[in-house]
Amino acid sequence: MPRSYLEFERPIAELTSKIEELSGMGKDAGMNIAEEVEKLTAKRDILIRETYKNADRWQLTQLARHPDRPYFLDYVGAMFDDFQELHGDRAFGDDGAIVGGTARFREQPVVIVGHQKGRDTKEKIRRNFGMPRPEGYRKALRLFQLAERFGLPVLTFIDTAGAWPGLDAEERGQSEAIARNLMELSSLKVPVICTVIGEGGSGGALAIGVGDRLFMQQFTTYSVISPEGCAAILWHDRSFAQQAAEALKLSAKDLEGFGLLDGIIPEPEGGAHEDLEGAASLMGDVLEKALKELLTEPLSKLLDSRYKRLRAMGVFTEA
Amino acid sequence: MNWITRLIESPKSILGGAGKNTPEGLWIKCPDCSVAIYTKEMERSLMVCPKCGHHHRISAELRAASLFDAGTFEVMDAGLRSQDPLEFRDKKKYRDRIRDADKKAGSEDAVHNYLGDIGGHTVSASLFEFSYMGGSMGSVVGEKIVRGMERSLERGCPYLLVAASGGARMQEGILSLMQMAKTSAAAKKLQQAGLPFICLLTHPTMGGVSASMAWLGDVVLAEPGALIGFAGPRVIRETVNQELPKGFQSAEFLVEHGLIDDVVDRRELPAYLKNTLDKLTERPYRQVG
Ligand SMILES: [Zn+2]
Repeated sequence: MPRSYLEFERPIAELTSKIEELSGMGKDAGMNIAEEVEKLTAKRDILIRETYKNADRWQLTQLARHPDRPYFLDYVGAMFDDFQELHGDRAFGDDGAIVGGTARFREQPVVIVGHQKGRDTKEKIRRNFGMPRPEGYRKALRLFQLAERFGLPVLTFIDTAGAWPGLDAEERGQSEAIARNLMELSSLKVPVICTVIGEGGSGGALAIGVGDRLFMQQFTTYSVISPEGCAAILWHDRSFAQQAAEALKLSAKDLEGFGLLDGIIPEPEGGAHEDLEGAASLMGDVLEKALKELLTEPLSKLLDSRYKRLRAMGVFTEA
Repeated sequence: MNWITRLIESPKSILGGAGKNTPEGLWIKCPDCSVAIYTKEMERSLMVCPKCGHHHRISAELRAASLFDAGTFEVMDAGLRSQDPLEFRDKKKYRDRIRDADKKAGSEDAVHNYLGDIGGHTVSASLFEFSYMGGSMGSVVGEKIVRGMERSLERGCPYLLVAASGGARMQEGILSLMQMAKTSAAAKKLQQAGLPFICLLTHPTMGGVSASMAWLGDVVLAEPGALIGFAGPRVIRETVNQELPKGFQSAEFLVEHGLIDDVVDRRELPAYLKNTLDKLTERPYRQVG
């Protein structure tokens, strides 16, 4: 599939097509063409570096939603072995917006759970654009509890615009399902490591995001509400999404500044969508290190530290 | 002594935000039955329309006065103040919104904590104040709820949460989202300690508050006609592009769908809670050996 470009990536796209055009002219065109291609490629590399380094919060929002960005299952293929998907919540159905199962991560058996968007239209619909219904969260909870029973660490991967705001979801207790996961994850008796790999959309993200460590990839966002939703409520106009994105302070750097992150996972030059293997390897190294630390922690200390982390979240003063 | 005499003894009017839709605040026109009711009479019936039973908004203060046994309760955890860690600004600065809310609804932020007796049971309670920025949950609300729960843990007493909230407070961004996790983690401690946790969901209880501690009680109750859910009706309508059925996300709808335990009339709440707490604290089987 051809690579898609965001609005602010257009200069990169233009340069890329120029390079392709020149390269296409082939050998007959002579030496100076090859030289030109080389020059333009170097220029493109610099442009990519600069564009991404200076991305503002609205551009980061778009990068986090980039149509070419690797999704959870792409990382499952690149980072894990022996994956066995486990389906369903045992009560209502199998939600395609959340995928989970057992796998091996650098030889260690683990349980992995992540949001899954869709690549083509058919899959997007099957996965409801990565927006889970209650049965998705209940499937996740079932897998968390399976992990607890067998002493398996849990790795979660967050990438959702939010929990599905539909009639069916309300009828089946969307709020209750999310709340239950927050409570049970806070006391799950195995290490839990959470990583934002795209969009961290509100309660729908947090419902698989409570753990001992929280990481964000470099070009991801995590927010209480989407910039569009925030703009609709506070500006009464969705077109103020850009201002809302700035106001919400939703970048990895912002969260690190609030003391909520254990680290920002670097992405390859030009973003994870330029190099899946590279992105998976950078992420894998960070997760492996965190997992090693947590696996040696006694249970009481693990749970104590997790509660203290949660307990300390918030900023206020006291008279 | 019942709540009427308690109210009469109360030193000042504790009407709160209601009653402002009439010139002198003397009358309240019920939106449901359109009958005009004396504000005083409405207060005496706990802001429940004496004609049709419609549950109007009630302040945390008036609720507390009606809920606890006379002379047994006090305000706890006062003096926590919202900060502005994001330096948030939309059309208005968050700092100015806080200042305006303080003027309008008092400086307790959107939750008031109490310790008092209900039917003879000492109870730690957190009561949302909707008139303070729509009851939205930021860092102060999250902290007060956790302190209320911790008070239960210290005293070995039940915890009551009365919710009324539009959800998380956007102006505190990701920190307000994290209050969901923080309060839910503390709720687990209550469960582990075997202390009764009762939730009453009132109009409205939405978003981040409904999707965290408000739905984690051992018993989850709601007031008649209350709108309760994750996504707001407007968002749902726009997402699915269809009209919502009448009564969708109402307290009655939730009972029908098995999502809450029961709907309780505000005027009967103290007796209802006493009945529940009596049974949940007696422990006829010791569970030892
Ligand atoms: Zn009426």
